[in-house]
Amino acid sequence: MSNQNSLAVDMQGITKRFPGVLANDNVDFQLKRGEIHALLGENGAGKSTLMKCLYGLYQADEGDIFIYGDKVKINTPNVAINKGIGMVHQHFMLVQPFTVAENIVLGSEPTKNNMIDMKKAIQDVEKLSEQYGLNVDPRAKIHEISVGMQQRVEILKTLYRGADILILDEPTAVLTPQEVHELIEIMESLTNEGKSIIFITHKLKEVKSIADRVTVIRRGKSIDVVDTADATTNELANMMVGREVILEVEKSAAEPGEVILEVENVHADNDRNLPALNGTSFQVKRGEIFGIAGVDGNGQSELAEVMTGLRKLKSGKIMINGKNITNYSTRDIIESGVSHIPEDRQKRGLVLDFSLFENMILGSHYKPPYASGVNMNYSSIKKESKRLIKEFDIRTPNEEVLAKSLSGGNQQKVILAREFNRNPELLIAAQPTRGVDVGAIEFIHKRLVEQRDAGKAVLLISLELDEILSLSDRIAVIYEGKIVDILDIKDATEEKLGLMMAGAESETVVEGGE
Amino acid sequence: MLNSMIALLNTTLRMATPLILAALGGVFTERSGVINIALEGIMLISAFMAMAGSYLTGNPWLGVLTAIIFGILVSLIHAILSISLKADQIVSGTAINIFATGLTAFLLRVMFESAGQSPSVTDVGTWTIPIINDIPIIGDVLGEQIPFVYIALILVAISYWVLFKTPFGLRIRAVGEHPAAADSVGINVIKTRYIAVLISGFFAGLAGASISIGLLDVFVENMTSGRGFIALAAMIFGRWTPQGALLAALLFGFADALQMLAQSIGLDFIPRQFLLMLPYVLTILALTGVIGSSEPPAASGEPYEKE
Repeated sequence: MSNQNSLAVDMQGITKRFPGVLANDNVDFQLKRGEIHALLGENGAGKSTLMKCLYGLYQADEGDIFIYGDKVKINTPNVAINKGIGMVHQHFMLVQPFTVAENIVLGSEPTKNNMIDMKKAIQDVEKLSEQYGLNVDPRAKIHEISVGMQQRVEILKTLYRGADILILDEPTAVLTPQEVHELIEIMESLTNEGKSIIFITHKLKEVKSIADRVTVIRRGKSIDVVDTADATTNELANMMVGREVILEVEKSAAEPGEVILEVENVHADNDRNLPALNGTSFQVKRGEIFGIAGVDGNGQSELAEVMTGLRKLKSGKIMINGKNITNYSTRDIIESGVSHIPEDRQKRGLVLDFSLFENMILGSHYKPPYASGVNMNYSSIKKESKRLIKEFDIRTPNEEVLAKSLSGGNQQKVILAREFNRNPELLIAAQPTRGVDVGAIEFIHKRLVEQRDAGKAVLLISLELDEILSLSDRIAVIYEGKIVDILDIKDATEEKLGLMMAGAESETVVEGGE
Repeated sequence: MLNSMIALLNTTLRMATPLILAALGGVFTERSGVINIALEGIMLISAFMAMAGSYLTGNPWLGVLTAIIFGILVSLIHAILSISLKADQIVSGTAINIFATGLTAFLLRVMFESAGQSPSVTDVGTWTIPIINDIPIIGDVLGEQIPFVYIALILVAISYWVLFKTPFGLRIRAVGEHPAAADSVGINVIKTRYIAVLISGFFAGLAGASISIGLLDVFVENMTSGRGFIALAAMIFGRWTPQGALLAALLFGFADALQMLAQSIGLDFIPRQFLLMLPYVLTILALTGVIGSSEPPAASGEPYEKE
């Protein structure tokens, strides 16, 4: 690092091809020493590919990489690590049953007499943790600490290996708003110590609040590099998508009718037989969007599953339209007027190796006009599919292609088309826009509001607080399987919800704020 | 009464030895994320090779060496199939088990033109441990045993040390829990898994030899009779740790000893068939998690696909 070049990273003309796809097309990227640089783009724009080229997980087909002015060839992560590059992956690379210290030293263990010198490992971790104000306990096991802490362990892992160029891949996706603030502080203390940070994201607000500069990537090309101070979020959105985007959801005030869904004191276990829902209660009315906010893993998935018959209740009651559907089979629940957009479209939403027309009628496949007796009626299935493809603007050559060949946004539209087509009383939308592009988000949000205005009850479960705030009429916050409180949209602020998502009661939130 | 108790414990230790050795092999391979149900077949082939080695050279220790070499070779087949070619590990293991039954029966006929059983060969005899042998009771149980008993006990300690105290052990466990994480810090997942599977072949090789030229001095067709699977149950029951596997193997060994000595210790009022069932019933209970449930390594059985 003797070279005092002001550029920490200089990537020139990077091109990366995959079979049939040009993932990066002559991309330039420059990271200045000591700055926080956002890499902004939609899902699939090519920002992760670019960073994987820098970290040695992929090799660029064309282009050069310079680190502190020296031309380098990075063909494995080990080379990147030796050059002082560290990456914090979106899905943490942590071994759950190991301690914090074990995870940090893994692969570069300090030894004494052929044994791991755990004492030294713990001391080293404590020293680093103190230096950057990270406050982690090296002896804790990973599964005992919060997601925010786990992320700090990931950052420590890179620092332990001597990284001074850090790549953070969508680091805020899993954090509460408060944890995001803490992360920003950590990033600032890192740059104060001379580290340079690349921050991959698709969230515009974060770019504005965290980064010094931003490089916008669209369809594999670098569109522009700007100082974040000089651009509005709307301008950034337009650069990212390539056209005017309406960030705000347009909707009128709700006109709620009678209660459709009643969830009463529901208890249920998760897959590991630990309590996930601990007395969850709420009601959803006709003509409203009822949002459930919370940090991932607080019972949201299990809640959607008990309501759709995919998971058994231990106790409690679920009523649809006054009818008790507790522990009904999924088919009986669908017949009672419930539609479900599952949180994982590839696992529960679609059969990926089935064609679109087959996916379009799953769950109604046994009923006329799709079936008569034991026979499937494919001509009417295909006719209906063609109509839905048009109505929901699904971008596909025809209804015969396999579901897996569509993009995430279009796959989600297939699910939307199928579930709306059942004409439900209650629509359960779990993470309806996860991993889809801005265009599809706009479309899905508009359709959810249309369902509300048509007098349906909509239950929206989302980890994206912005989505909850912009769509919901009432908001419940779930924490450790219990509803902390239910707020009217006019009383809800990001700050308040954030504290409740960490388990604080709304009264104490108010008291603490005043 | 005291004498029959001593005999019971002595036999327990002896019968547990092949299980301890094979279970240690299981601990290494499963900790690295590769399920190796081929332990049964590897033991059978090694049991044959130990006998053959001793028969051909007259030196039982060359028999043990032959058994270990073949144990490692056969485990290499499993490693190539399940790690490099990403075959289903259960299918690969089952294939090796079927292959082992056929191969040993075939070789038995080729070598001795007799079905069912080999002639007697030189076995490894027993070792007497000087000081321990003079201690009352303990000496009677531990003082004079087949060498494999001592080897197995020492290997339990070494395995514990390797897995839980050395960088190599930490890496094996990391690869079995979260291979992508290990890969991201520069650990060679494929190589680590190969080494772990070959280590299991070494252990299964020793286990096989301990049956044919340790407990006995002949090879009998299909003589492992499910011990590889019982060892896997001991490994699960012992929560994938060497010390746990040791205790579980001793329990299974005790069940075995009980049915062997039923008459002499006055248990003959229980029908022999029930006592014969005991190790297998314990195995089923262990596998279904009735006796203490436990979590396997998270990536066990999953081939590693690099991005």
